[in-house]
Amino acid sequence: MVETSDIRVVRCGGSKVNLTPPIISSDSRFVLCTSGDLVKVYSTRTEEWLHSLQGHTNQVTGITLNPANHLQVYSCSVDGTVKLWDFIDGILIKTFVIGCPLFAIYVSEKHTGVLFLHVSMATDSKNECFQLVSVHLPKSAEQEVEAKEMSAVSSHISKNPSCTAFGRGGEYIAFARHLQLNVYFFRKQKTYSFSLKATDKKGAKNAFTCIACHPTDDCIATGHEDGKIRLWRNFIHKKEYTYSTQHWHHNAVNTLCFTPEGTHLLSGGIESVLVQWQYGADNRKEFLPRLGGSILHISASSDGQLFCTSHSDNKITVIESSFKVCGVIQGLVKGDAVLTDLMIDPRSKALVLNGKPGHLQFYSLLRDKHLYNLDIVQQEYIYEAGLDQFEVVKAAFDIKGSWLATVEERGKKSSDLEFFLKLWAFDERTQSFVLNTTITAAHTDRIISMCFSSSEETTMLVTAAEDSQFKAWCQGADADTQQDQNFWSCDFVGSYHKLNPTNCSFSADSSLLAVSFQEVITIWSPDTWEMLTTLCQPPGVIRDLCFGRLSCSKYLLGTTTKNLLCCWNLLTCELEWSTSVDVSKLQPDPFSENVAAFSYQSKHTDLFVFKPSEPRPLFTNKNVCSEKVHRAVFVPREEPLNSCDESTQWLNRSQLYFLTQNMDLLTFSTATEEDRMLSSSKQLVIDDSVAVTPFYLLLGKHRQQQQKLNTQSHPVSDKPQQTQGSVTIKELLHTPAHVLPAASVLCSMFVNSFLISNTGVQQDPLR
Amino acid sequence: MASFKPTKVQFLPKLGEKVTEDTLYWKNYKSPVQIKEFGAVTKIDFSPLAPHNYAVTASTRIHVYGLHSQEPIRSFTRFRDTAYGGSFRGDGKLLVAGSEEGLIRLFDICGRVALRQFTGHSKAVHVTSFLSDGFRVVSGSDDLTCRVWDVPSAVELSSITEHTDYIRALAPSKLNPDLFVTGSYDHTVKVFDMRSGSSVMTMQHGHPVECVLLYPSEALLVSTGGRYVKIWDLLKGGQELVSLKNHHKTVTCACLSSVGNKLLTGSLDRHVKVYNSSYKVVHNFDCDASILSMAVAPDDEVVAVGMTNGVLSVRHRKHKKDKETLTSRRRRGPSYRVFVKGKNFVPRQDDFLVSKPVKQYLRKYDKQLKSFEVSKALDTALQMWTRTSKPEVTVAVIIELNRRGTLKNALAGRNEESLTKILNFLLKHIFDPRFSRPLLTVGDIVLDLYRQVLHQSPVVERQLQRLMEVLGREAELQQELLQVLGILDTLFASLTPRKEVLWEEHCPMSLNNHCVSVSSVSADVCRI
Repeated sequence: MVETSDIRVVRCGGSKVNLTPPIISSDSRFVLCTSGDLVKVYSTRTEEWLHSLQGHTNQVTGITLNPANHLQVYSCSVDGTVKLWDFIDGILIKTFVIGCPLFAIYVSEKHTGVLFLHVSMATDSKNECFQLVSVHLPKSAEQEVEAKEMSAVSSHISKNPSCTAFGRGGEYIAFARHLQLNVYFFRKQKTYSFSLKATDKKGAKNAFTCIACHPTDDCIATGHEDGKIRLWRNFIHKKEYTYSTQHWHHNAVNTLCFTPEGTHLLSGGIESVLVQWQYGADNRKEFLPRLGGSILHISASSDGQLFCTSHSDNKITVIESSFKVCGVIQGLVKGDAVLTDLMIDPRSKALVLNGKPGHLQFYSLLRDKHLYNLDIVQQEYIYEAGLDQFEVVKAAFDIKGSWLATVEERGKKSSDLEFFLKLWAFDERTQSFVLNTTITAAHTDRIISMCFSSSEETTMLVTAAEDSQFKAWCQGADADTQQDQNFWSCDFVGSYHKLNPTNCSFSADSSLLAVSFQEVITIWSPDTWEMLTTLCQPPGVIRDLCFGRLSCSKYLLGTTTKNLLCCWNLLTCELEWSTSVDVSKLQPDPFSENVAAFSYQSKHTDLFVFKPSEPRPLFTNKNVCSEKVHRAVFVPREEPLNSCDESTQWLNRSQLYFLTQNMDLLTFSTATEEDRMLSSSKQLVIDDSVAVTPFYLLLGKHRQQQQKLNTQSHPVSDKPQQTQGSVTIKELLHTPAHVLPAASVLCSMFVNSFLISNTGVQQDPLR
Repeated sequence: MASFKPTKVQFLPKLGEKVTEDTLYWKNYKSPVQIKEFGAVTKIDFSPLAPHNYAVTASTRIHVYGLHSQEPIRSFTRFRDTAYGGSFRGDGKLLVAGSEEGLIRLFDICGRVALRQFTGHSKAVHVTSFLSDGFRVVSGSDDLTCRVWDVPSAVELSSITEHTDYIRALAPSKLNPDLFVTGSYDHTVKVFDMRSGSSVMTMQHGHPVECVLLYPSEALLVSTGGRYVKIWDLLKGGQELVSLKNHHKTVTCACLSSVGNKLLTGSLDRHVKVYNSSYKVVHNFDCDASILSMAVAPDDEVVAVGMTNGVLSVRHRKHKKDKETLTSRRRRGPSYRVFVKGKNFVPRQDDFLVSKPVKQYLRKYDKQLKSFEVSKALDTALQMWTRTSKPEVTVAVIIELNRRGTLKNALAGRNEESLTKILNFLLKHIFDPRFSRPLLTVGDIVLDLYRQVLHQSPVVERQLQRLMEVLGREAELQQELLQVLGILDTLFASLTPRKEVLWEEHCPMSLNNHCVSVSSVSADVCRI
């Protein structure tokens, strides 16, 4: 067993961007959103990811603009710190250490130097009780400050951050929990609470889901679970409060937002329709339908020109005030479950998995960017809770990437299952997949496994289904018309003793097809459709199947439900070796002989990488993560690493990505890789300083002159250089600070100018 | 913002009919030109020479038509009785015809009076033809003889009596001037050689032979008679190659197309069938009356069909040129110029393009679905079914409603009239295996919804009664099919396992499912 420290598990791109409301900078040029432990800055015009604010060590849970300086942003995180950033240059200004996990952050113009934070009550169980506390920020010049001056505003508040809002310039704060609305007046230091009945007569659910306060008027808008919006007025006098009710949403209102002038109220819910209510004239509303997933958050820019909605399909939509979508920022869509395997598109090398309902998404891992969605179902999506929708459950690419097979399914709950097998051809002209064949009743029961043959010449698809049959599909060749058709038809139907197949796999040269029927693996020849042999190692149903590659192509690997990993030799048809491992995922590397096996034992997942020819693993990583791993994929590298270390050699040509049950996309990175990344980023910084700073031009001119002088007269003494250097220093020190670029940029140049140049000395030995 | 995705109507391929190059080729004919003759058209023959005029024998006349003329260019009327079998010589200058009284006349194409008359037959001569040397005429008659005549001297060269019934079919060989084939009502086809003066080959057709035809290679011989068309291989000593039975009445005529030698047969059942080279029917021309004669012009320019009611129907081939002239004429119209105004403007390099949003046109039911008006959408879909008889559109809307979970809402709250519409649709299509699954759900829901009020309307009740009958019949049928499958299974079980795999396709299971669901609904109906 080899334990190494230079390979570590890293979380790679594709974290959620929809966790918190995105914020728009006051000049409407940037959109900021949280993404894992980063804050990402996007451009509103081009939808491009500009840079990210890196520094938190855990999930960032809230961001808000600093009311005192609109170029700065506060962010809070579960790691217990609040950080203040300059988001245009991406510089960390200050860190406030609070000391307990933070879940949301609120600020108000009226309360300068005070932050309002959600913290979980330490004594209670974690998710149940939350507290709203105010923190006074100490004034100090240090980078890292401890802020301990906390005072509780209210305990027992909702864990939903959108159930808290500041009203009318910060005069009061409103927060709701279950059926109670509380308003805390800062001046009176008093809390008024208003409560609703649990159910109306009509059986409506009255629980609060979100709150928004009018910026200039004494009005609170609340959203409810049954889709109603209530506008509360006159709550300053506790007894005489009134409210009016609006009802358009048919399901819970997820979010509410007033425009900065307070002329309109925006609301969104599961229907994915952005509704704009005119304040005062409540019946007049505008709609923007079919935005994508259900709307989770809405935010408006301070000038009211732009709105941002974040959606459940990990998307941020930028909308103009004229109700026109002008930009979409799409992250990796991670639904409740990844139903398809993780796949790599052989053409674009993008990661492919099911994304939006009924779509396949193509995601570039290299650039951490969503490329495009391929609409598989091609039906109008109805946003309604509890509706049985078509989902893409299986997908497979052929080896060249010119064919894509998908299976969509509906009716998991009810008895009548509907599914379609679709085949898509790659169109060179549009650079996208075009529907070629739809097969309505490919099998009589659910398709369990699907794979393309791996040979370059003939493409063949094999599907195995629960109707105890597997079918081979071929393109064209209909005997009747004697013409080369370009659609697919069934070529062969096979079965084995009426057993249900569990998996199917082609060998590397596609001369053999292995189909596992419960405990038995059958080997078929795809040319003649003859069953060659059967392999069996009871007890336990076969779960995964894969053939060895390259020099190990004579081996067939199989895992069973009874914790057995078996390796058969196909030449002798005998069991070569077997070990007792509970393998949850077996993933062969297409570029080498290596096979990765994830095993789940005693609440943590281990990774073994081995060659089928020998039972000893090449690499072992204990405790990769604490959840089960069901999806993994080897991604080819753009340029191979050339590490000679035995333990990292398996990562030379491809990278292993895997998805945990919590939908975290993780990968392994090696020391050499990180070194390379680090050096490239350093280079970038230097290049940046050359290109960006106008000040550099000034300095650079001097430097060039310096260098010229050096080359011309290197035997001469250093005196003129010193004077040149001092000029630079003078210039630097005498320029007003507000026109200077960031100190980090100037620092290296500044220090350089102090140094005595020794270029001439260096050049001599070279000559 | 994504646009509304319209309901996907499933395209269902028609069974049996496949579009091939052959069907496209034979479909490419204009609608027929009808020419009225004086009596039944018994023979049509195309001149082998360039303008390809054709001689039409009907009643007591022979008319010669040009390819595109509807009036006869020339007519031969000097027959005292019905004329038969007018056919051209190989150079298209002479024409020979038999007649009811037994006389054979020879005409010059330019003259009116017969150049020669061959007398000798005692009964009607139905078939006459030149031998390929052009100096001899062969004829077959109802007096059971075949005679060969010398054209220059107008004397009978030989007479052969081998058939035992009327001779009604004759085909001279084009390659050998001494060979000809005859077919007779005594069910035989005989090949005669003038050098030996007797038949050299006899084939049993099994029915009175109406027409014989030689392929250009003269290795294959076609004979028609009864409902059968038979192909014989002459090089194998007259072995039967294929026997075709595609007509349901007597096949009276056959001919070959000149492009690709495709066989065409015409029959009393009013159809002309076109076969491909593997003798499968690829196309079908329908006519108004029983067909007696047929001929195809060289290059398949014209298909001429003669019928019993004396109508000659002539089909001309469509040409691409015709289409182009049509479209170009249309393009010259002023409305198009207005329509295209500004559309062909090419923007310059520094122009800023403002793209016009493309308007999405939706069908009416899609518009209603877009605004969630489910009942109206279903009504529209049912209306479309009555208007265009496209049940797949209606079924697609039903499936879409089911997917949205609103099918029950759409079916609820209907009056007698609209409920009868739905039930009518069910009655017509519920046993169609392509639609039965969604329609059975509809039936279930309708029964659930209207269980209480069904008895108030006699109309609806009657329809339900009929639905029950239909379903009962269908269930019975399915059961029988299952029994047959069971029998087949036992048969195949005794065969090799490989065959078993091949035969098991998915039909048994689907049938089974179908049957179970059908019977469950019919049980439901019975309960009510």
